Amino acid sequence: MSAPLLEVRNLSVEIVTGKEKLRVVEGASFSIARGECVGLVGESGSGKSMSAFAILNLFPSPQARIAGGDILLEGRSLRGLSPREWRQVRGAQIGMVFQDPSSYLDPLIPVGRQVAETLRAHGRNEGTEARVLELLDLMELPNAAEVARKYPHELSGGMRQRILIAAALALRPALLIADEPTTALDVTVQAGILNLLTRLRAELDLGILLITHDLGVVAETCQQVHVMYAGTIVEQNGVEPLFRRPRHPYTQGLLGSVLGPESRAGNLFSIPGSVPGARDMPHGCRFHPRCPAAKHGVCDTDEPPLVIRAEGGSDRCARAGEIANAWERAA
Amino acid sequence: MWFVARRLLHAVPLLFCVVVLNFVLIAATPGDPVTILVGDFPAPPGYVEQVKREFGLDQPIYVQLFRYLGHVLTGDLGYSFANRQPVSTLILGRLAATLELTLTALLLASILGIILGMLAARWRGSWLDSGVQGVASAGYSIPDFWLGQILILIFSIWLGWLPSQGNMSVRGAPEGFAGFLDHLRYLLLPALALSFRYLALIARITRAAMLEVLSADFILAARSRGATEISIMVGHALRNAAAPVITVIGYNLGFILAGSALIETVFGWPGIGRLLFDSISRRDYPVMMAILLMVSVTVVLANLATDILHRMIDPRVGDR
Repeated sequence: MSAPLLEVRNLSVEIVTGKEKLRVVEGASFSIARGECVGLVGESGSGKSMSAFAILNLFPSPQARIAGGDILLEGRSLRGLSPREWRQVRGAQIGMVFQDPSSYLDPLIPVGRQVAETLRAHGRNEGTEARVLELLDLMELPNAAEVARKYPHELSGGMRQRILIAAALALRPALLIADEPTTALDVTVQAGILNLLTRLRAELDLGILLITHDLGVVAETCQQVHVMYAGTIVEQNGVEPLFRRPRHPYTQGLLGSVLGPESRAGNLFSIPGSVPGARDMPHGCRFHPRCPAAKHGVCDTDEPPLVIRAEGGSDRCARAGEIANAWERAA
Repeated sequence: MWFVARRLLHAVPLLFCVVVLNFVLIAATPGDPVTILVGDFPAPPGYVEQVKREFGLDQPIYVQLFRYLGHVLTGDLGYSFANRQPVSTLILGRLAATLELTLTALLLASILGIILGMLAARWRGSWLDSGVQGVASAGYSIPDFWLGQILILIFSIWLGWLPSQGNMSVRGAPEGFAGFLDHLRYLLLPALALSFRYLALIARITRAAMLEVLSADFILAARSRGATEISIMVGHALRNAAAPVITVIGYNLGFILAGSALIETVFGWPGIGRLLFDSISRRDYPVMMAILLMVSVTVVLANLATDILHRMIDPRVGDR
């Protein structure tokens, strides 16, 4: 079996402020195959975006850095690349799209030139204009020639996100990292972007890492899901089994907070409390202070390891079996 | 183009107010130009009356104001009592000399300030950054006329490299390009002395604006596309940081014009700064008012140029 497109092994990310080192991602492992969409799900502060930035070794804050683990792109390790080599990976082999398309586009430059930036940065100076128009067509933007000349503020949120996707895919990278690509958009526009990603995945045989807090988005778009909580992956499975039989109480909590057609607004569930910061991580299972099924003497003593289950997938819960059965009975 | 025309129209009432205010302020100050004109000699009362009539100073203040406004509108800036020649001839050549000095100083300050500010922002916290901050503090705290004297001391007296007074060689000034070079040697020291304070200001503003832009999301996005640091600095960061920097440069032209009075005195530069100084001490009101008007016009034009530049850089400005 050949190497997967992307393999992240035991990745740790820390933020260094003065003397303090905060682990915001701890031992995360996942892999993505060509043409596969993998979801990374969790609340804000769970470390999902940090894991995504780590794959490009490009963090929004200069204090963040990769602290351990390995990132392999088609079998080749990206750890220890020089800044120049990293630059050659970014945009050419891995593309990235971001949460808020209005702030991730330079307001003073026509969008067509921002798409072309990817091409120019990697030395493709010929035929850029034609390639940009071709990309905008691929993004289902009407009147590509006209759109290319516009400035970001003249476009709608959905169009801007399509521009960002076009810029990310200009050099046909095999992997696209999408960090909350639909969060800042209207619901109707969201569906359009998700359909576009699904189509591009099939047409370009693109591997996609989709970071989101919305399990509804995952259900529509992904094949594999990793649920992250407080810097660790707490459950991993295929989309269908994960939704049918979630084994971690956190996953169940996330599922309970999705508004389905049968649920009433009155009994919409929300997980009490919020994600603990890296500075005051609870002892034992990281989720136990918020967990409705936490058992004294079990969950607050040792951090459960990630266990691979015979039925498929893996999870990090000492009571996974009973909890999954209880969910299935209730459903 | 409509925008420029509209802005110029807006400037008209502003300049009108400037003229009226100058006139009233000067009329309200104690002292009478006639006494200066006539001199300290005990003049016969009939002679004083005659001089007053000759210059229209016997009329009520509002009549004087309206007459003055009428003259200014037709381009007649009046007659200098002290120099006994028309104000416009007196001012024009000197205005050119002053603009040359101030614009050179501003250009120097802008180019060096922007480069230093960019470098300081790029390598924030390094020795380079500390150095630029140090230069900026020095620029704020050193008075420019003192700096001018120190420059004269070092480059003219000790090293003997550059001349210290005037704007061209009095004897045997060469022609053509050599003359231009000769002139530049005279320009360098006063322009440096005048520019230092603004260099500091522009470096600081550029550094702050660049730091803000460099942490913007679209910079991260450009990095994620593999763009080089140089193309990010010049293509994205500098462009986005330009708005505050241009504002500071444009709005400081007025201050730099005012500041040139001292520098012109130190370096014997034949500009309006010295003329203003002389006309104040001689109560030469038409010259004073004409100079103030010229400065106002220059400031209004500089602000207009600033706004036009803003529009050229930022497509969102005025787009509604």
